[in-house]
Amino acid sequence: MILICLIAILILGGLLSWFTGRRSNLWPRCISLAFLGVDLILSLMLWSRDASQVKLLPALAPKAWIEEVDWTWVPQLGIHLHLALDGLSLLLVVLSIILGIAAVLASWKEIGEGVGFFHFNLMWILAGILGVFLSVDLFLFYFSWEMMLIPMYFLISIWGHERRVYAAVKFFIFTQTSGLLMLLGILALYFIHHHLTGVYSFEYADLVGTPLSAKVGLPIMLAFFVAFAVKLPVVPLHTWLPDAHTQAPTAGSIILAGLLLKTGAYGMLRFVVPLFPDAAHQFTPIAMILGVVGILYGAVLALGQTDLKRLVAYTSVSHLGFVLLGIFAWNEWALQGAMMAMICHGISTGALFLIVGQIQERSHTREIDRLGGLWATVPRLSGAGLFFAAASMGLPGLGDFVGEFLVLVGTYQQHIALAVMAAVGILTSTFYGLRFVQGAFHGPNSNQWKLPDLNPREASVVVPMAAILLWLGLYPQPVLNTFKPAMQRLEEYAGRSSAVRAHASDSARNEPPTAARNLQEINHER
Amino acid sequence: MSGSDFRALLPLFVIAGTAVLTMLTIAFRRSHLLTLSVTLTGLALSFASLWIAAAVIPRQVTTLLIIDQYALFYLGLIIGATLVVALLSYGYFEKQNGHPDEMYLLLLLAVLGAGVLVVSNHFVSFLLGLETLSAALYTLSAYPQQGKLPLEAGIKYLILGASSAAFLIFGMALIYAQLGSMEFTHLQLAMTSGGSLDQALVLAGLALIITGIGFKLALVPFHLWTADVYEGAPAPVTAFLATVSKGSVFALLVRFFHLTGAIQAPVVLLVLGIIAVFSMIAGNVLGMLQENVKRILGYSSIAHMGYLMVAFLAAGELGGQAAAFYLVTYIITILGAFGVVSVVSGTDREAGTLDDFRGLFWREPGLGVIFTLMLLSLAGIPLTAGFIGKFYIIAAGASSATWGLIIALVLTSVLGLFYYLRVIVAIYDLAPAAVATGISRLRRPSLSERYVLAALTVTLLWVGVYPAPILKLVAAAVKSLA
Repeated sequence: MILICLIAILILGGLLSWFTGRRSNLWPRCISLAFLGVDLILSLMLWSRDASQVKLLPALAPKAWIEEVDWTWVPQLGIHLHLALDGLSLLLVVLSIILGIAAVLASWKEIGEGVGFFHFNLMWILAGILGVFLSVDLFLFYFSWEMMLIPMYFLISIWGHERRVYAAVKFFIFTQTSGLLMLLGILALYFIHHHLTGVYSFEYADLVGTPLSAKVGLPIMLAFFVAFAVKLPVVPLHTWLPDAHTQAPTAGSIILAGLLLKTGAYGMLRFVVPLFPDAAHQFTPIAMILGVVGILYGAVLALGQTDLKRLVAYTSVSHLGFVLLGIFAWNEWALQGAMMAMICHGISTGALFLIVGQIQERSHTREIDRLGGLWATVPRLSGAGLFFAAASMGLPGLGDFVGEFLVLVGTYQQHIALAVMAAVGILTSTFYGLRFVQGAFHGPNSNQWKLPDLNPREASVVVPMAAILLWLGLYPQPVLNTFKPAMQRLEEYAGRSSAVRAHASDSARNEPPTAARNLQEINHER
Repeated sequence: MSGSDFRALLPLFVIAGTAVLTMLTIAFRRSHLLTLSVTLTGLALSFASLWIAAAVIPRQVTTLLIIDQYALFYLGLIIGATLVVALLSYGYFEKQNGHPDEMYLLLLLAVLGAGVLVVSNHFVSFLLGLETLSAALYTLSAYPQQGKLPLEAGIKYLILGASSAAFLIFGMALIYAQLGSMEFTHLQLAMTSGGSLDQALVLAGLALIITGIGFKLALVPFHLWTADVYEGAPAPVTAFLATVSKGSVFALLVRFFHLTGAIQAPVVLLVLGIIAVFSMIAGNVLGMLQENVKRILGYSSIAHMGYLMVAFLAAGELGGQAAAFYLVTYIITILGAFGVVSVVSGTDREAGTLDDFRGLFWREPGLGVIFTLMLLSLAGIPLTAGFIGKFYIIAAGASSATWGLIIALVLTSVLGLFYYLRVIVAIYDLAPAAVATGISRLRRPSLSERYVLAALTVTLLWVGVYPAPILKLVAAAVKSLA
């Protein structure tokens, strides 16, 4: 029930914001903030409840969902309103709400027109995203998957920058096309399952383990993979991303980078591998190569950008490459790393977009060449920029490092060459990170910028985000603990009999220190 | 004719009676409101009498007509749609000079013809229904006297419609020459047994009948009239044409192919499959090139009829259900869309160009949202009825493994997104110039229009979120066909 509440609160908050938006611009902002606050409290309650259970029963067999609700929706087709939450969803839900709050605060001054409708869209995107993270009925999943697109489209096309309509339409077409492919995949799976069992069901738990021959399994898996790969994004399908991220208003960029991309990663973790273990295994080499290509390609392109927002957008391609690599390496380290990388990328890139948005709000430009020397006039903003750029570079002690390091450890066991190349990607990230900092904040203030520094409202977003990154970098154990049972269940679902599994689990069992402990040791040594 | 026969046909009798009554009312007193009230009352009574008819179904009345669950379902649909059209017409024609009263008379005649189509299982009733419907529609599409466009639309529709009727009759004649019977069910024996019949002539007859039906449904390559008529006819009439006319012809198509078993013939399947694919491609591609919202909707309707054919071609019960369900969602959506067009139209001319809709959301938030929802439903986006409809069609196709058609549907519907999004972009244009221009003398939507549009929107969302009750209804209707 609490899960329905989480989503219903956002939907309701969105409607209320819209209706009050006619009166004044302040109402929608406050209402969105208040409703998101309630959601945050609810989700943290769920987390603390879960954390205490994990502490009581450590390392038990993967248990069922932490929380679940299951209502019949369309009985004729076997569709259920089935929401369920495990560690994986929980972490992403908390992340969504935190970034949602950041997005509302970020658009406090930026959005001046149609404020009510803006917040309506914002809240409904978040509702759709929570729906994606919580659905375990594939129809409901697809429903939410599509539902978050329209408000996102509006967000970009109404409140975006110069080429907003182009970017919005491109975004929409890419995601919609791939989404329809996934729908075909879902339906194919649904009818195969019906053919085998005589039951019409979209239930995740029912469909997992449906035996598929290689001839059928691979195309269906690919249909899912493409849908998630567009969102993630995986390199040949990424071209919507720089446009959409650059043209979106700050709140839109935060949500896009922080959350929408994660829905792709989530889909890979939750659906692609567990539903199609054999096909996914067959596909692993290609997927891992695509991941590495994304890491390097994104980094190189980020290096070449002159538009700050575009630069940050391309870093996303690079960072999400690590996530893809981690998911398909599919061992304990890699998965935990992918999870950490997802969360930390959400926070750090979200924050970077926030910083760029604040720079643009003040100076009305995003061009690196026109900026420079901002440190003298906005020291606090610049300091925050440096901090998040460092996080994005993978500086040890901050969250991103943990994620990428774990992915590298995990990948190394599967494929040394790929791990080496991915490590080169971390190296390149230093270049673009430094370019970002140097271009915007350092150097002579040749344009004589005189701008206001961070105000308390802005600081109230930036500081907690920095604190979260620091916390995740120094003590990631709570996150890993929460994720672990969920991960074990995913692994169990995937039930891979292949060499990958033998390899991964053998090494996991023979060496008791978990990945996280490994990492702490490394931190200590340092 | 026994009492039960009478009861079974009561919905149609009521409509026919209302038509006569309306005519007499107009003769005695010209009052727009009075004519509308008589029409609405008649339609409402006819709708209510569906339950009286439901008590005696299934019933074959003479050899011409059959009243079953399926017929009642479609009767309900077209009567409901006509009610909405009548309400929209009131607001639309009220502001125009001239005599709007006869419009309702023609509307009633048209819906009577559509009703006959829905209940017919004989070539004679098929032709009678179709011609009653068409004759009324020719006049309706040229109804407002001023302006060239409606006249052009009417004449185009008349000429093409008359020739397509000729094809249809020729097709029927060919089959009758071979069969010696005009009942749908007898054709089935001919298709299966073969024997002494000349299969080639029967197939030629079928092909000509498909031509006639294809014209009415605006399937490629019989679609040439669509955009012009959609653009020229008054918005409520276009709404009627797109929903009631097409819906009833489609209902007949399904019954015809079902009863005759022609759908099992591989040649027919192939031809209809090709028609479906080309309709989807042509509708969506040509739709992208349009600048006029009514033309866009016209081309989109070609594509949507193509989607409908995909469901129709998906064998099995799921296919029939998907088609019927899709039609329901399509009718709701199109009524809403043309409802908005009709309301937005100024007193001097109709809203048509994209510029007329630019910034609509910021001028009239309610209308903007409703139009957006309708367009999203046409595009098949969740929360709207269109999504469930499209989902159902794809599911039906997947269950009968017609992958070629399904993939064509998916790919072309993405093209469709382009033009729906173009309209939506215009609706939400924030530029101050856009908000100011558009049709200058925007008339305030009347109360009836507000209620109608609100009701359509609620239905759209309701079906989109909780489709179970409608699915149940559709399943029962389709089952009765078997």
